[in-house]
Amino acid sequence: MFRRNFEDELNDLHVRFSEMGMMVNEAIYKSVNAFINHDKTLAKEVIEADARINQREVDLEKRSFEMIALQQPVTGDLRMIVTVMKASSDLERMGDHAVSIAKSTIRVKGNVRVPEIEQTLAEMATKVKQMVEEVLDAYVKADMKRAREIALEDKNIDAFSGKVYKMCLKQMQSDPDTIVGSMDYMLVDSYLERIGDYVTNICEWIVYLETGKLVELNANAKEDNIF
Amino acid sequence: MAENKNVITVQDLHLYYGQLEALRGVSIDFRKNEITAVIGPSGCGKSSLLKTINRLNDLIPNVTVTGTVKLNDQDIYAPSMDAVELRKQVGMLFQQPNPFPFSIYDNVIYGLRISGEKNKQVLDEAVERSLQAAAIWDEVKDRLHENAMGLSGGQQQRICIARALATRPKVLLMDEPTSALDPISSSEIERTMLELKNDYSIVIVTRNMQQASRMSDRTAFFLQGELIEYGQTRDIFLQPQQKETEDYISGRFG
Repeated sequence: MFRRNFEDELNDLHVRFSEMGMMVNEAIYKSVNAFINHDKTLAKEVIEADARINQREVDLEKRSFEMIALQQPVTGDLRMIVTVMKASSDLERMGDHAVSIAKSTIRVKGNVRVPEIEQTLAEMATKVKQMVEEVLDAYVKADMKRAREIALEDKNIDAFSGKVYKMCLKQMQSDPDTIVGSMDYMLVDSYLERIGDYVTNICEWIVYLETGKLVELNANAKEDNIF
Repeated sequence: MAENKNVITVQDLHLYYGQLEALRGVSIDFRKNEITAVIGPSGCGKSSLLKTINRLNDLIPNVTVTGTVKLNDQDIYAPSMDAVELRKQVGMLFQQPNPFPFSIYDNVIYGLRISGEKNKQVLDEAVERSLQAAAIWDEVKDRLHENAMGLSGGQQQRICIARALATRPKVLLMDEPTSALDPISSSEIERTMLELKNDYSIVIVTRNMQQASRMSDRTAFFLQGELIEYGQTRDIFLQPQQKETEDYISGRFG
């Protein structure tokens, strides 16, 4: 085995984590597109691709454990490895939510659809996707200031979430035929909302990476209002 | 036939200093182009093992060696094996840098000169090649004829590496090569070792656990003259199979 030096290994870890971020971002994007367009083929693609995301998380963990055991990293090096370990779990959970959205897509069977709600969900998904992209960029640039700003954007996601929730309730009251479909809308809404929360978690890890401080961003945000 | 991955093969090696059995039936293979770390508490036999591979124990009275040690399938204890020839192939580095009180140039060519090489061009080439490989050429190229004793400890140690490399050895044995050096010199030696393993096989005895873990491909743990555990460094440091290994690596004794 040709063993590269520690700097190379760290850099490799960093790159592989960023790649995982892109894989997750793609999964979220595709799952929402599949849901909006009732594209079951695309939804299946998301579900199948999740194995790769899970595998990547395990791979990053394994590498991190090895680096901790063999290289005894300290200070910034240690923080970087810890950040990758923790944030990769968040990414993996985000991937799972994308799979849940994809599964909702496959479950839908000729329900009566509500275009306004789907439109709002699409807008919400676009916003979530943008936040995921931004947080990955902030990680790569180790931009703590940006990370704090991104965490604040989660409020917008929560606002969308509340809006979808109310729209669904109203829809179900007015037209019982849309109850099953609206339940699915509410589920997708909650998955997207959770993805936003994981983005906030990653923002917290970027702050840790830079400062060594464990912070709670959005600690005062209103409780989730789903169900 | 598959290429032999081992450069040194040790089988059922016993070593006695008089009545004292310092190695108790050790069998271990050292791989080509790898760094193997040998760890263990004081008196566990790790330095004895290293000296056996270079036949340095020949000089100590009352030493008895049984078992076989082979370098590329050649028994180094066979009567036909010339100790000087062996030491050209198996270089050694010690805890204290031990350059001769000569010029840097004369230190590096020492091994070649005693084996009869006189061609100045060959010697010049060997000096540059060896000092380059030991990662000290740039620091000393303008003062090759100054006394090596005037260099810093870390530089002296790298001169000793260059001296060992000049005879184009197969194996480098290092007995705690950085324990007398400051951290910066140590890390320079370590970096040099990582580069050297592309061309050489290295066996390093070390008491510095971090050094073993970050440098080596394989680790051997010795206790009271016995090889307790040997395997890939990552396995030894993450999940050793023997409790003694775990206790030693975790700092519970030693």
